[in-house]
Amino acid sequence: MNKYSERLYNGVIKENPTLVLMLGMCPTLAVTTRAFNGLGMGLTTLVVLMLSNFMISVLRNIISDKIRIPAYIVVIASLVTILQMLLQAYIPALNDSLGIYIPLIVVNCIILGRAESYASKNPPLLSMMDGVGMGLGFTIALTIIGAFREILGNGTIFGLSQITIFNFSISFPKGYEPMSIFVLAPGAFFVLALLTAFQNKMQLPSATNKKGKDCTSGCANCNSQKGGK
Amino acid sequence: MSNKANLYTAPHVKSTDSTRSIMLDVVIALLPTTFFGIYHFGMKAALIILVSIITCLLTEYVYQSLMNQPVTISDGSALVTGLLLALNLPSTVPLWIPFIGSIFAILIVKQLYGGLGQNFMNPALAARCFLLISFGSRMSTFALDGVSGATPLAMLKEGETVNTASLFVGNIAGCIGEVSSIAILIGAAYLLLKRVISIRIPFTYIITFALFMLIFSGRGFDLNYLGAQIFGGGLLLGAFFMATDYASSPVTPVGKIVFGVVLGILTGIFRLFGGTAEGVSYAIIITNLLVPLIEKVTVPVVFGREGIKREK
Repeated sequence: MNKYSERLYNGVIKENPTLVLMLGMCPTLAVTTRAFNGLGMGLTTLVVLMLSNFMISVLRNIISDKIRIPAYIVVIASLVTILQMLLQAYIPALNDSLGIYIPLIVVNCIILGRAESYASKNPPLLSMMDGVGMGLGFTIALTIIGAFREILGNGTIFGLSQITIFNFSISFPKGYEPMSIFVLAPGAFFVLALLTAFQNKMQLPSATNKKGKDCTSGCANCNSQKGGK
Repeated sequence: MSNKANLYTAPHVKSTDSTRSIMLDVVIALLPTTFFGIYHFGMKAALIILVSIITCLLTEYVYQSLMNQPVTISDGSALVTGLLLALNLPSTVPLWIPFIGSIFAILIVKQLYGGLGQNFMNPALAARCFLLISFGSRMSTFALDGVSGATPLAMLKEGETVNTASLFVGNIAGCIGEVSSIAILIGAAYLLLKRVISIRIPFTYIITFALFMLIFSGRGFDLNYLGAQIFGGGLLLGAFFMATDYASSPVTPVGKIVFGVVLGILTGIFRLFGGTAEGVSYAIIITNLLVPLIEKVTVPVVFGREGIKREK
């Protein structure tokens, strides 16, 4: 695996910003009422993350250490403003359903976190790939959460109540009554918590299961390697 | 007993109470209102109670078996949760509602937080609120004698008057277990006599609520209105059977009083200024969340140490 695809793997699986690092919880919990909203929010963040990582990495030797945070914010805020104008022009429906959460991408801690911890220390192309990886991980996580919440809370997925793949179609059972709590705030917490429980059960990397797959030899071994606390 | 002195360490005072005996007492105390509910609403109510209890027991059994934990369904706590949940449902709901509610109560609220005694809020009420938010219209359709009718509280909210005497007997629309104040009070008296619950929480709860209504309802000292507010909804059932849940109410004596006062104020706010007529279940689960804080500031002074200031 070369270092570029390693960035993608890192962003999507190993350090998935939502499901493993638990960063950016505000948009995660607020906008994932529908799978489409999750996807839209994820892709918007992906674009901002990719461009901001690239620009900050290019400028990393020019920006003085003392004022780096304001400098990052200026870059990110400009990008978000451009993107919001584009969304308003070309996808107004998405813009309306995401509302205030698009301007709030500026303060999304994933973006500032990657700028601070990765883009400010690494070359531009690698930083851009890091942004793409993190953005993809965020998009996938948000779409999954949104899909679960939409299925349980609204009885549809991507706005459809029937999915047709070639000649095979699946439709929701007629008598199904959506549990509207899942499109409200508590539902987001339920789905996120159950997904984390599932990751732990499957021994995938998760917020509460840091060692993940690589751990083969029990916890005592890891503790002794750390110097035994 | 031998002549040798039997030496053992404290505690020397022992009680025969067990989880099982306490839960059994609660079930006995709930029987009058349960039977009245079945008599009042018919066999549909009996079915709802049955489904709810069986689902609770099964969920607890399946979860504990899967997690390789000792199975504790015989201690009766799941039975009480199931019964309380059913008593908090309207008689018109389809049978899958108590089914979903019971799974939520036992699995999410009770077992995932560590099982009996670890639940931070009352499982039955949390499940009721879950159902109320999810299936709003089904959970607020009440029937009286087979015809859909409004609850006394909903009628009060609309500005109508209600007959206080029929409230007391229970000839009104409402949830299965909340209609008859007499039946609830009989059960409550049994619990108080057996000292399963202390009077502190229910008493301060109801008194605070009555005072709040007296001051803020704008009706002045209107006994009919006040009586309807106290006896017409879930207040009595909540105050005696749900707010006194051991795991989710304070253990300190002063804490119990603070708990009751907060409950009374919140219930009053929800009923008077909230969108819906009823507010007992939300008030109880919200106050459940304050319990660790209440306990922290109301630790009693150890006997003989009154004069000594608590260390900071």
